[in-house]
Amino acid sequence: MKTGKGILRKILRYIKRYIALMLLSVILATLTVAGTLYIPIIIGKAIDLIVSAGNVDFPAIFILLLHTGVVAGITALLQWLMGAINNRVTFDVVRDIRNDAFRKIEELPLSYLDTKSTGDIVSRVISDADQFADGLLLGFSQLFTGIVTILGTLVFMLMLDPWITLAVVVLTPVSLLVARFISRRTYSMFKLRSETLGEQTALIDEMIGNEKTVKAFCREDESIEKFEEINERLEKCSLRATFFSSLTNPGTRFVNSMVYAAVGLFGALAVIDRGASGGITVGELSCFLSYANQYTKPFNEISGVVTELQNAFACAARLFELIEEPSEVPEPEDAVELTDAKGSIKAENVYFSYVPDKKLIEDFNIDIKPGQKTAIVGPTGCGKTTFINLLMRFYDVTDGTVSADGHDIRKITRKSLRSSYGMVLQETRLISGTIRDNIIMGKPDATDDEIKAAAKASHAHSFIKRLPQGYDTVIGEDGGNLSQGQKQLLCITRIMLCQPPMLILDEATSSIDTRTELKIQDAFSKLMKGRTSFIVAHRLSTIRDADVILVMNQGSIIEQGTHDELLAKNGFYAKLYNSQFDTSAET
Amino acid sequence: MKKLLKYLTKGYMKETVLAPLFKCIEAVFELFVPLVVAQIIDVGIKNGDKGYVLCMCLVLVGLGLAGLAFSITAQFFAAKAATGFSKTVGNALFRHIQTFSYTDLDELGTSTLMTRMTSDLNQVQTGVNMTLRLLLRSPFIVFGAMIMAFTIDLNAALVFAAAIPVLSIVVFGIMLAGMPLFGKVRACLDKLLGRTRENLSGARVVRAFCIEDKETAKFRDENDKLTAAQLTAGRISALMNPLTFALINLALIVLIYTGAVRVDEGILTQGQVVALYNYMSQILVELIKLASLIITITKAAACGKRIQSVLDSGEGMTGGAESEGFTGYKYSVEFRNVSLRYKNAGENSLTGISFTAKKGSVIGIIGGTGSGKTSLVNMIPRFYDPTDGDIYINGINAKDYKLDALRGKIGVVPQKAVLFKGTIRENMRWRDENASDEEIMRALDTAQAKDIIEMREKGLSCTVEQNGTNFSGGQRQRLTIARALVGSPEILILDDSASALDFATDAALRKALRTLKNTTVFIVSQRTSSIMHADKIIVLDDGEVVGVGTHAELLGNCPVYKEIYDSQFRKEGGETA
Repeated sequence: MKTGKGILRKILRYIKRYIALMLLSVILATLTVAGTLYIPIIIGKAIDLIVSAGNVDFPAIFILLLHTGVVAGITALLQWLMGAINNRVTFDVVRDIRNDAFRKIEELPLSYLDTKSTGDIVSRVISDADQFADGLLLGFSQLFTGIVTILGTLVFMLMLDPWITLAVVVLTPVSLLVARFISRRTYSMFKLRSETLGEQTALIDEMIGNEKTVKAFCREDESIEKFEEINERLEKCSLRATFFSSLTNPGTRFVNSMVYAAVGLFGALAVIDRGASGGITVGELSCFLSYANQYTKPFNEISGVVTELQNAFACAARLFELIEEPSEVPEPEDAVELTDAKGSIKAENVYFSYVPDKKLIEDFNIDIKPGQKTAIVGPTGCGKTTFINLLMRFYDVTDGTVSADGHDIRKITRKSLRSSYGMVLQETRLISGTIRDNIIMGKPDATDDEIKAAAKASHAHSFIKRLPQGYDTVIGEDGGNLSQGQKQLLCITRIMLCQPPMLILDEATSSIDTRTELKIQDAFSKLMKGRTSFIVAHRLSTIRDADVILVMNQGSIIEQGTHDELLAKNGFYAKLYNSQFDTSAET
Repeated sequence: MKKLLKYLTKGYMKETVLAPLFKCIEAVFELFVPLVVAQIIDVGIKNGDKGYVLCMCLVLVGLGLAGLAFSITAQFFAAKAATGFSKTVGNALFRHIQTFSYTDLDELGTSTLMTRMTSDLNQVQTGVNMTLRLLLRSPFIVFGAMIMAFTIDLNAALVFAAAIPVLSIVVFGIMLAGMPLFGKVRACLDKLLGRTRENLSGARVVRAFCIEDKETAKFRDENDKLTAAQLTAGRISALMNPLTFALINLALIVLIYTGAVRVDEGILTQGQVVALYNYMSQILVELIKLASLIITITKAAACGKRIQSVLDSGEGMTGGAESEGFTGYKYSVEFRNVSLRYKNAGENSLTGISFTAKKGSVIGIIGGTGSGKTSLVNMIPRFYDPTDGDIYINGINAKDYKLDALRGKIGVVPQKAVLFKGTIRENMRWRDENASDEEIMRALDTAQAKDIIEMREKGLSCTVEQNGTNFSGGQRQRLTIARALVGSPEILILDDSASALDFATDAALRKALRTLKNTTVFIVSQRTSSIMHADKIIVLDDGEVVGVGTHAELLGNCPVYKEIYDSQFRKEGGETA
């Protein structure tokens, strides 16, 4: 519950901005409830004036009815206002929280984003925020009015007759007990149901998700058999859970009708005994009966609202968890701007690992002169990306320094460091927007001519030209109908456009057919001339002319040197290189 | 939707009828309550008869009890029908999906199918349950209350007759007006979702290009749009309570006034006025219940429609009667001028493919990404049928085989190495239910996977988690190769199945595969080294065969092959080859 309080405090921090509206909402709720409760009293009074034939006080009834009309009108108006305010506060609060959450996403260290699943974070920002909004709105509109209604009804009833009120007060909680009794009994049934449902979802996930494999092995009948067995069990426990939980409604309604009967009995007796010791009128009885209905309703609602609120709090907790994650290490006050980088990169005694007790890079040293071409090779999953992560400062070194142009990169603004690199990754990432938007990412003020020149250099122009709206064709996040190769060409165009001082090419041409690749290689070598570049490649033949080759295996750099040096060394690189030709095992 | 309801009426007719029926009977008891109260006032109170009052209150308790009994029965029937219905539909859906062809699966997408089977089905179950419970009951009470009013007094009842349509218009009007607005909210939310996902999965690009601020601004802009849409939608639905409240009170005023006149005329009694007043309150409660029920039903109906569309789609694939083919036929697989165009695709993926594969030979297939290698081998087990030309297995057209007989001859190792939850032994028996441990071990040996089993304490009984997550990529790949080898398939297809293996293991695997004298092996690869010793190599480029022959022949006469080879080997060429 302690954490619950903490979350409430955080929510209140967001609500604080709208405190005036909130107060107004509370006042309106009180007034609305008062109006709602007052009307049965007036109507009751009117009923008292309708006694029997020839015994009806029309002028007085008229005034009372006019009263009713005015009160009802005002109450309705206030109710509407309250609804509008609640909507405003809720949606604005959720908007603010969402904005903060998104801002946080842009600031989180890559180490967080790499280890957390995208789906999980997305669901926090989208569906958790949404559920939180729902819960908050329901809480605003029903929890408070519910409580005020209960209190108000009590006060009004006490004013009418304390004894009947006592009967109502004693009996009503029984319906809560019934509801709690049922929900406690059904808890284990629902647990079993969701477990079975989980089992079924897992099977569906496995079988339908791999349906092609299932079909390739003609295992359709076996998977049907498995599914139907689980489905049979699911039906049984679903029936139990659904049925027993659906007893709540008839159960509480039964209790409510008992309350109603009790009010009827005591009320009627009080009317009969009227005069001697207080007692009530027929109109007051009808008023009581109407209260008996109103009084029990919020009780039933509130239990629903409380579950909803608990859920909303849980969602808010997940959101705040995200918002409170530490951001990237802040830049020092005196961070340098890296302008027109010459491209000397130096790593001194660098230690790095993703997980503290799993050593990765140890005592790594390298000195890259401006304009040198550095290649990184190694088997799949050897950690080639790790090196790039350190260069771009997506991750910080654990120990030692990486410096660019003589500055420790931790003392350079991230923005200037990162924009000094041009990066093309194997995995292409486009943003939703036009083709142009995607190209000008690194240089928003590029002219059309510049864009076209860049696209021509990357051989993307010819396919862009053929798109329905050319450079203004809108593509989705996943690149729409563009092929993997075309997407990669777009990513290359970005780099061609901003002509950064340093380049990182991570399998940049892996999805492009061999002929175009040759042409692009050509454009790349032009671009790389005089620029420091880092190239990750599968095909060893493409990197033989590199100035330095870093050979990585299992996360660490095990050899470095030129192609010839490394071959002469007859180590891992030589083995890797020769294994492409090694066929002795077969013949 | 109608077709789906068939599952309800066919299997659960009794429950489907009884649930609403019992609900309505319960409603009748509820409708009696105001009448009893009227009697208490007009008879009991008027005559000061406490016994009568007590008696009538006992009647109220009795009505409550009877209502409880009937509604519990109704809930049971509704739950039974709903869960039974969802089970039947679930089974039908799952069975139907099992008949899908690869083309059907491509078209619908597995993730769609999965949501249909899980959340959509669940929504439908809730929808059916609520419908059976409430759809008849609420209107029944609304009209019941009006009819009761008519039995009390015609003039007063006219107030009901006027109020009900107006209230219905307001309640349903607001709902109908709100629905498209909520659709707009959803659309805004989807956009926001897209933006968030894009910024997460593309975090490196966003940061490399320093566009964090721009992206944040875009997000804020879209978020504002969402808030605006939510406010508009909220404004409409916020009208519901105040409007109905005002209307019902207006009706009450008229009712009380009419009541007053009628009592004055001696036609009505005071208690009857109270009864009319109570009926009016009941109507409002039920109308609002009905409105929210209709939202649930619309949602469920939309889900039902989606489920129905899955049940209606899928062309499946039918086989012939053949099971063996010509024994001793020279060619295991023959392609005769085969072309393939995927459904809805603009261009052929494969065009005019012809080749033969001798029994027991090793066929290598090489080509760039998207050149059609996988498409080619996928046609052998009829995962896809050629749009043109024919494929012969053992001299008989593949289409003339029974599907399971055809696929039973073929061991497939797909690109994605998937294992299923269970034990290794169970996974290994996918091709042959009765395979002995000895046979399985032999297959594991050939697949270079014996060490994986030997390392584990439980050996073949060792458990496999869903998707084989407790094995590494390379281990999974070797296990899926072994799985395809169990039961000695006539044809073995390795679709780039050695990508996660190191060169040495890859070579050992290929050597072991050569010992399978009776199996025709297809090896698909991008690596020349994987296929250079095949008996026949088929070179694909852009969906066409550009070369067939042995490694030596192709180096001489196939420029594409040479290009691939050169890009992977030194130009000065194969000192060890």
